[in-house]
Amino acid sequence: MRAIMTVVGPDRVGIVAGVTTLLAALNINILDLSQTIMGGIFTMTLLVDTAEANRPFDEIRTALKEHGDAQNLNIRIQREDTFTAMHRI
Amino acid sequence: MLNQSDILQTLDMIDQQHLDIRTVTMGISLRACADPDVRVCARKIYDQICRKAGNLVATGNAIESEYGIPIVNKRISVTPVSLVAESCESADYAILARALDRAAKECGVNFIGGYSALVHKGCTPGDSRLIASIPEALSTTDLVCSSVNVATTKAGINMDAVAEMGRVIKETARRTADADGIGCAKLVVFANAVEDNPFMAGAFHGVGEPECVINVGVSGPGVVHFALKDVHGQPFDVVADTIKRTAFRVTRMGQMVAQAASARLGVPFGVVDLSLAPTPAVGDSVARILEEMGLETCGTHGTTAALALLNDAVKKGGIMASSHVGGLSGAFIPVSEDEGMIAAAERGTLTLDKLEAMTCVCSVGLDMIAVPGDTPAETISAIIADEAAIGMVNSKTTAVRLIPAPGKTVGDRVEFGGLLGSAPVIPLHRESAAEFIARGGRIPAPMQSLKN
Repeated sequence: MRAIMTVVGPDRVGIVAGVTTLLAALNINILDLSQTIMGGIFTMTLLVDTAEANRPFDEIRTALKEHGDAQNLNIRIQREDTFTAMHRI
Repeated sequence: MLNQSDILQTLDMIDQQHLDIRTVTMGISLRACADPDVRVCARKIYDQICRKAGNLVATGNAIESEYGIPIVNKRISVTPVSLVAESCESADYAILARALDRAAKECGVNFIGGYSALVHKGCTPGDSRLIASIPEALSTTDLVCSSVNVATTKAGINMDAVAEMGRVIKETARRTADADGIGCAKLVVFANAVEDNPFMAGAFHGVGEPECVINVGVSGPGVVHFALKDVHGQPFDVVADTIKRTAFRVTRMGQMVAQAASARLGVPFGVVDLSLAPTPAVGDSVARILEEMGLETCGTHGTTAALALLNDAVKKGGIMASSHVGGLSGAFIPVSEDEGMIAAAERGTLTLDKLEAMTCVCSVGLDMIAVPGDTPAETISAIIADEAAIGMVNSKTTAVRLIPAPGKTVGDRVEFGGLLGSAPVIPLHRESAAEFIARGGRIPAPMQSLKN
């Protein structure tokens, strides 16, 4: 399934590397990625495909959250449908 | 890919503005459960509910996790029990309430509604037995909710039932006196009750409904309040438009969750209820929306007009976002469940008379209002009659959920905890309506033309 991931936190070296390494380990494919600094805060949104992931969705969410907690980042993942429902007619 | 600011806006609504799905409610028909032996009937009811709703909570939790949107409540509504129990030879219907309670606990839902009777034109023996058993049913169960429909626009008001419900509310309060009369928080008296309402305490699975159905109630007072802060001081055209846009987004979430739940459970999708349902949490209040429009305190002059605009704009915005809209669909004003309403009632600005006026223009009625414990049953009945008259004449649903808090008087507080919240006891008129209520009979159905 297609999911939107968001990574938000204080900017520093290696955030993208850490997150994408974890995604690779989970066998999650990145379809699109957008990153910016908003008011000094690192903000990245990723469109990913979890169809070939090697763990169930609940565990993926937990693994990402744990990575975020350890790195002082707020990382979330949820179905793309949530956002298309709200912003596309 | 989606616009990044849209994504962050959605996350902000969920994290900061209390956007959630208030309830996914499974409606279950119990019509196949009737049996002359009340114990067999109870067993059939338990089995039917567990069979249909066994996966409801797990499915709701899975959707919550994948879609990243909180689903606060998973609930069950059933066929009005008076219909199912009519053929039972025993008069002890409370056994059936306890079967509902056990089934709800087994399924893991937090409320089950439908211990109900529809008596707007008169009572069958089964209806009378069910109404008589409500105080026992609500005081010996935890999760069962009860409702009685006493009026419709087409049938008028059954004043005998109105009189009886005043006594039933008093007795329910007495039997749950150790918890501030919490039994009454699970008892609603309706005019023009709807068959597909997903919200408690008034949910039941109507006779025109299929065997099993999923109805979803949305929320979002916090999101609307936040959006209105951006248009501070601007004309009402802008206010209405802003509410419509917000309601559209909120309702799209409800539609999405309803379709996902329906598909995963293999149960047809019924309706999305476009309601602004507040909670006692700060930032999730309907009263604060009205105050954002420019009122110093909810309940002051202008409140009815503000609420009318809000209620209408929520419907207009929501209706295009869902394939099927139903239930109560409007802004709720439950006093104990809304932080801003509680504050306004404590200041004395929000009175029962103003609340009654507000119910003319919103969903649903006099809801979760604590009144003095020594209020006579006839006074409660008279309040029900007034509210039913508003519903009957205006062709809308109205309801009364009053808590005559035992041993409490004006200025005291009742505490229910959780979503039910807390409320100050507010004053009522002391003058009697006993003779009015003692008349009994029916108030005839109103004219539906020559409207003025």
